[in-house]
This record gives sequence, structure tokens and C-alpha cells, in this order.
Amino acid sequence: MRAAVIVFPGSNCDRDLAVAFREAGCQVEMVWHKDTTLPSGIDIVGIPGGFSFGDYLRCGAIAANSPICAEVKAHAARGGFVLGICNGFQVLTETGLLPGALLRNAGLKFICRTVPLIVGTEDSVYTSGYKAGQQIDIPIAHHDGNYIASDEVVAQLTAEDRIAFRYGDNPNGSTADIAGILSSNRRVLGMMPHPERAADEKHGGTDGKAMFASIASALAAA
Amino acid sequence: MKARVHVMLKDGVLDPQGEAVRHALGGLGFGGVDKVRQGKVIELDLADGTTEDRVREMCEKLLANTVIESYQIEMS
Repeated sequence: MRAAVIVFPGSNCDRDLAVAFREAGCQVEMVWHKDTTLPSGIDIVGIPGGFSFGDYLRCGAIAANSPICAEVKAHAARGGFVLGICNGFQVLTETGLLPGALLRNAGLKFICRTVPLIVGTEDSVYTSGYKAGQQIDIPIAHHDGNYIASDEVVAQLTAEDRIAFRYGDNPNGSTADIAGILSSNRRVLGMMPHPERAADEKHGGTDGKAMFASIASALAAA
Repeated sequence: MKARVHVMLKDGVLDPQGEAVRHALGGLGFGGVDKVRQGKVIELDLADGTTEDRVREMCEKLLANTVIESYQIEMS
């Protein structure tokens, strides 16, 4: 199975994400934001955390309009898998691949700590290694993770079982405690917490490892 | 020619930064400030003949996120 990790100026979790994919058995290609094509045969695109383009204008806004993002959108439109973490989630909302937006944390502070998440659904390649309702501990590190969407969108996400993760103890003011959501075809996941930072014993926690393992086994079989 | 684009969070979208500014003003003794909303102003130097419609496209595509923000364009 092959993964591409997109690198923007200001990405800082790109290598961590590549390591997590590689440890799960994926072949990983790093792809620069100015590239206009993805390497052939890519199963999943990872959009990493960081501060792409210095968070200028809005977090993720300039990255979402970079040349490679047109390809990422085409990949998603073909039914390809896309995982956006932290700044990657912000990029995915800015591209319109996922609904809603991420605003400044309600408490205005940058928050960097491990938080409890509740798994919302087992029904995706990202979450099939967990049990719905299970609590996992995953680090967050963001200033703009306050998820907002209209009541209609939240109702739709809920009705379609697309809320992948909720915060156990809402740290940032997110609507409906939402920490991560799936696209309608369940193949695009955006989440603020960092599973790639909880994927090795040396990280101090391994609750994120199951996500990369389930992605790798599902896509290897596909 | 120039365009000035005002981008604001939509009404109903909580603005924690504006709220912090309101709180700070109160702390400085400025009473009677009921609400503060913080936005941004983007000034564009444009080639002659650029239309307001063209600037509106820029707003829709990049300058504003219309999920959470509204914008106003002033051409001069």
C-alpha cells in the first residue's frame, strides 16, 4: 500500500506522519506542495500538521489553494483516501472536502497536551481498529481547533455516523465536542488530534497506532 | 485602482478574540462596551479595469471563508 505525505512550507508533522505510515507497513512518498501530480498508485494522501504558510490569512487557506491540492481533490473525487491531521484538517475544510471550519480556540490559548477522545464510529478504515465508545488518549497541539458548523451540518454528520472522534473533555469549544469527521463516502478523515504522535512506545502512548494499522491492512487488502 | 476588502466573522459565529478585546477594554476602565467583533481589512492594488466581480471571485476563492466569514468590497 502506498501513501503520499504532502509537504507545505511550514508543515512540521510531515516526517512524523511518514514514520507512522511506514511503521504500519506502507510505502511512503513525500510530495512538495508545488507538484502538480501525485505519484502513481497512491492509495492514501496524508496532509500533515504544522503551520502551512505561517497560518497567514486563515489556517490552511493558502495551502488549500496550492497546486497539489487540486490533485488531492481529484484523488478524493476518484474515491481515494485522504487523512488530514491538525493543520491538515484545516486544509480539508478550506478545500471543501469536509464541511465546517476551525476557529480560534474558545479559551484563546494554544493547547498542547494529551486529551481523551471518544471513538464515534468503527465504520471507516481509520477507526475500524477501535470500538465505538472506546476512550483513547491522543495529543493535541493547536491554536485553532474550535470546530464550527451549522446545526444542519452537525445533524447530518450525526445522522450519517460521520463523527469519528469526540473530545472526552472539550478543550477548545468545538461544536458537539467534535474532534474529527468523515466525508460522506467515509474515505476522507479530518481530525485535530495527532495520532501519529501516539504511535510508538517512546511517544509515551500508542493509542494512535491502531489507526495506521487498520488503514494499512484495509488498503493492502483492497 | 484599489480595492479594500473587509472580512468579518458572520453574526452568530462566536468571536473569542473580539470577546478578549472587550474584556481588556473593560479592564482599562472603558465602560459601556457591550460587544467587540474583530475582522480584517485587505487592500489590493489592482490593474486598471479590474471589476468588482473579479474581486468578488477573489473573496469567494481565497480572501474569505464564506462558511464563517462575510465580506464587503470597496472599490476606489
